[in-house]
Amino acid sequence: MENQTPQPKSEAFAAGQPIISCHDVHKWYGQFHALRGINMEVQKGEVIVIFGPSGSGKSTFIRTLNRLEEHQRGQIMVDGIELTHNLRNIEKVRTETGMVFQSFNLFPHLTVIDNITLAPIQVRGLNKKQAGELAMQLLKRVGIPEQADKFPGQLSGGQQQRVAIARALAMQPKIMLFDEPTSALDPEMIKEVLDVMIELARSGMTMLVVTHEMGFARAVAKRMFFFDQGQIVEEGSPDQIFNNPQSDRTKLFLSQILEK
Amino acid sequence: MTASNQILPPPTERYTILNWLRKNLFQNWLSSIVTLVMLYVIFVSLRGILVWTLTEGQWQVIIANLRLLMVGQYPLQQIWRIWIAVGIFGALIGLSWGLWIRQKLAATLITLGGPFLLALLPVDTATRLTWVGVGFITAAGFGLARVFPRFLRRIVLVAWLVYLPVVLLLVRGWTAENGPIPTVGTNIWGGLMLSGLIAAVGIILSFPIGAALAIGRMSRYPLISAFCVVYIELIRAVPLITVFFMSQTMLPLFLPSGFNIDPLMRAMTAFTLFNAAYMAENVRGGLQAIPKGQHEAAAALGLSSFQSLRLIILPQALRNILPILTASVIGSFRDTSLVMIVGLLDFLGIARVVLAQPQFLGRHIEVYIFLAFVYWLISYIVSYIGQMIEARTGVDATRR
Ligand SMILES: Nc1ncnc2c1ncn2[C@@H]1O[C@H](COP(=O)(O)OP(=O)(O)OP(=O)(O)O)[C@@H](O)[C@H]1O
Ligand SMILES: [Mg+2]
Repeated sequence: MENQTPQPKSEAFAAGQPIISCHDVHKWYGQFHALRGINMEVQKGEVIVIFGPSGSGKSTFIRTLNRLEEHQRGQIMVDGIELTHNLRNIEKVRTETGMVFQSFNLFPHLTVIDNITLAPIQVRGLNKKQAGELAMQLLKRVGIPEQADKFPGQLSGGQQQRVAIARALAMQPKIMLFDEPTSALDPEMIKEVLDVMIELARSGMTMLVVTHEMGFARAVAKRMFFFDQGQIVEEGSPDQIFNNPQSDRTKLFLSQILEK
Repeated sequence: MTASNQILPPPTERYTILNWLRKNLFQNWLSSIVTLVMLYVIFVSLRGILVWTLTEGQWQVIIANLRLLMVGQYPLQQIWRIWIAVGIFGALIGLSWGLWIRQKLAATLITLGGPFLLALLPVDTATRLTWVGVGFITAAGFGLARVFPRFLRRIVLVAWLVYLPVVLLLVRGWTAENGPIPTVGTNIWGGLMLSGLIAAVGIILSFPIGAALAIGRMSRYPLISAFCVVYIELIRAVPLITVFFMSQTMLPLFLPSGFNIDPLMRAMTAFTLFNAAYMAENVRGGLQAIPKGQHEAAAALGLSSFQSLRLIILPQALRNILPILTASVIGSFRDTSLVMIVGLLDFLGIARVVLAQPQFLGRHIEVYIFLAFVYWLISYIVSYIGQMIEARTGVDATRR
């Protein structure tokens, strides 16, 4: 019973209590120190963009937030629940956070609609009909209702990623995590996915997005975090980051990716 | 100009025998030569057997002993129970074919016609009529499946699950000597029926045990994984025949005294435990081939590790190893012939009994050709069904 942290109602967060708070988070892979003291607070409805060079720990960090990776020091609270070894809390946090992966990770043996309805039925306990209706709504929202009965292998990359977004949204999460959602896509498909994400951001979803799509950041990010070597080097609004970066490393990195 | 923008149906290829021959066998002069040479080689190597089979073979030995070869010493007045099992099997095959396979016209005709073909064998009239009956039941199953596909799907799956226990019970019987279904001791079971039952029990039970061992082997609890590793590696280090011997001599030592299980049960237990170790390695191979992203996606959605295993990981793993599973089912079926060594009169064992009959001394070739043909036929059917399941579940179709 002790583990049953009181469940704050979402309204409480509106009053300024962060929906995610990380305090001095450390993570080692063997001897390798991958996260070196991350502090971050995210308010409900904020859109956060995380960027930085390869190997800087962006994926590692975002994956600690739903405990796909375990942190070894520090504290992570998501929606009022602390992430510890407590399996029940982990599963609860995972039902409140959706995640979208670089490589889509759709279930290839299930149709699109079954991919989307699986978790709502199994975890949320919806019946097949309710889940199906929800799934069709979401497929319309991401613009591909006509693909419902296909298998993932029959879709283009952009369509697959939009299904993956719909699948995550079907759990009606409070937070959405994106780990480089467009970097496995051909250029002409990037926009269709970004459009869905922009629409989602404008609808008030709390989002943490690892991406180098600076257009997306400019359009909807509230704050941006620059990661390097397992640390947050710089943080600020898109305006500050693009027009007035403080750290030399940020300047260098931005000049490299904006050049392209 | 506009024509190029139209959505066109794919070009249809006219499939005639002549077209097929030209495309596959006589595409150019090289392939024509290969075809002719191979035809000659096949002809020369098979001619001997064929000519012998059709002219010199004295098949009376098979015809006279057909019942013995099929069901061993099973009492004549109780054989109707086996026929019922065969009839239900026919119905289930017909239903399943109608529900899930059907596309291939030729294969469907052979399946539905199979029992009628068997009725053409040189057997007594009663047996022929029974085969015709089985044929009608099979066809009825197929027809029913076409009419009520939605309604029947679940029922047929459940029926397959309970089929084997029901058959075992029916063949064994449960009433006293003078009751309607008297017990028939396993010591007089025999023939192809016995081989089939040992194979079915061993293969079907080894699935869940093997899957559990495979999952256990990858468990994060060291004691569980150690137990599974030791079990799997120990069994795989021992030949099946040794396992059979040990089951007959050593298994009784482990059991409380006075508690005796009969030799068939011992053999089935040994066969199941043996197969489970190999099945475990097959399943493990399938599990390990599932990309990490699948586990992560399932976990990220809030599925428990058991749900993830059951709904995401295992279905994909089993699909991926279907070809291997088919092969190991066929292998296991052939392996059942080793039970002869521990004194059970399976298909091969009963053949030796037949050969010992004074009036058929020296009819080895006929008997072994027949045996080989039946083993081949069953293996081929299993293999074909495996391919059909593969095609249905789309190992290829649904892969990225
Ligand atoms: N499972 C692992 N085992 C050992 N080291 C790992 C593991 N995963 C990541 N690392 C290391 O941790 C560091 C951070 O990795 P991470 O994937 O978080 O980087 P990233 O910022 O997401 O980079 P990218 O832009 O290439 O995706 C890298 O140096 C990587 O080699
Ligand atoms: Mg990464």
